[in-house]
Amino acid sequence: MNPEPRLIEVRKNVLKQNDMVARALRERFRAAGVFVVSLVSSPGSGKTAFLEKTLTLLRQNFRVAALVGDLATENDAVRLARSQAPVKQITTGTLCHLEAAMVAKALEEEKWDLNQLDFLFVENVGNLVCPSSYDLGEDLRLVLISVTEGEDKPLKYPTIFNSADVAVVTKTDLADAVEFNWDAAYGNIQAVRPGMQVFRLSSKTGEGMEDYLQFLSARLAKLRSTVSV
Amino acid sequence: MHELSIAMSIVDLATEELERRGGRINAVHLKLGALSGVVKEALLSSYEMACEDTPLQGSRLVFEEIPVVIFCAQCQAQRTLSSVQWFCCSECGTPTSEVVQGKELEVTALEIQ
Repeated sequence: MNPEPRLIEVRKNVLKQNDMVARALRERFRAAGVFVVSLVSSPGSGKTAFLEKTLTLLRQNFRVAALVGDLATENDAVRLARSQAPVKQITTGTLCHLEAAMVAKALEEEKWDLNQLDFLFVENVGNLVCPSSYDLGEDLRLVLISVTEGEDKPLKYPTIFNSADVAVVTKTDLADAVEFNWDAAYGNIQAVRPGMQVFRLSSKTGEGMEDYLQFLSARLAKLRSTVSV
Repeated sequence: MHELSIAMSIVDLATEELERRGGRINAVHLKLGALSGVVKEALLSSYEMACEDTPLQGSRLVFEEIPVVIFCAQCQAQRTLSSVQWFCCSECGTPTSEVVQGKELEVTALEIQ
């Protein structure tokens, strides 16, 4: 006869494997004094254009590199290479998000010397759902929405907005054409993540980029002041 | 749809425990936070798929759903959120982003026979 079923306490985080790799990455990044920003957004909201602009402008004063995730194609890496910064494409196959191990593997393959970098950007797969659960070892998670997506994106995807540290509203050059309501969008972001800093900018015209870049360099300075490099 | 990866991690984790303890797993108990980023229904169907041809085939997934609890600095108290679209104290209405619970994605227990 079968023994009675019994309940055994386990208490294990399902994502412990990812979290362990992410923790190790974060320690490496800290030790090297590199500030790591991950980018999440819907497909088509302009992550790559925004990153290209960021890399091009930051490169004037800082050492930058980027990892860019997509299901398939090297198109984004080719576009980003125009910024002259080192770029590595991560193709995930059918996976809808990046995991910490993919970041670790890409870094290993590229053999970038993290000590020689100021900023590392990690562009996630275009998706506002799945990336929220996975820590990539980043210092800052940035969520991007464009004015063409409508003001209620934050309410539709509260989890990813809540997991992010800062928000960027982009394509502001199109705001009038699509009758974008800034106050409503800002209010919705604050509803799901009270106190979150929000930048509004246009990657195309460069308007608003300066505030964002200043914010990044301040965060780098803060990181460097807490760890001796 | 990242629930299949999550389901496979659950199966791996449970199989590991089973190898150490022996027996047969009837059910896996899971704590699922409202902010975990995982959809229960999608996880249920993925779980069945992930269990196929493993020692967990035929086992159940038992959920304990965890609401979001925030800390209100105004009231100096913890409050349960009624909606993840509105991070405000349910008593005084003060916005707060200090999440106390709700991100859980944790295997809490195994029902073994």
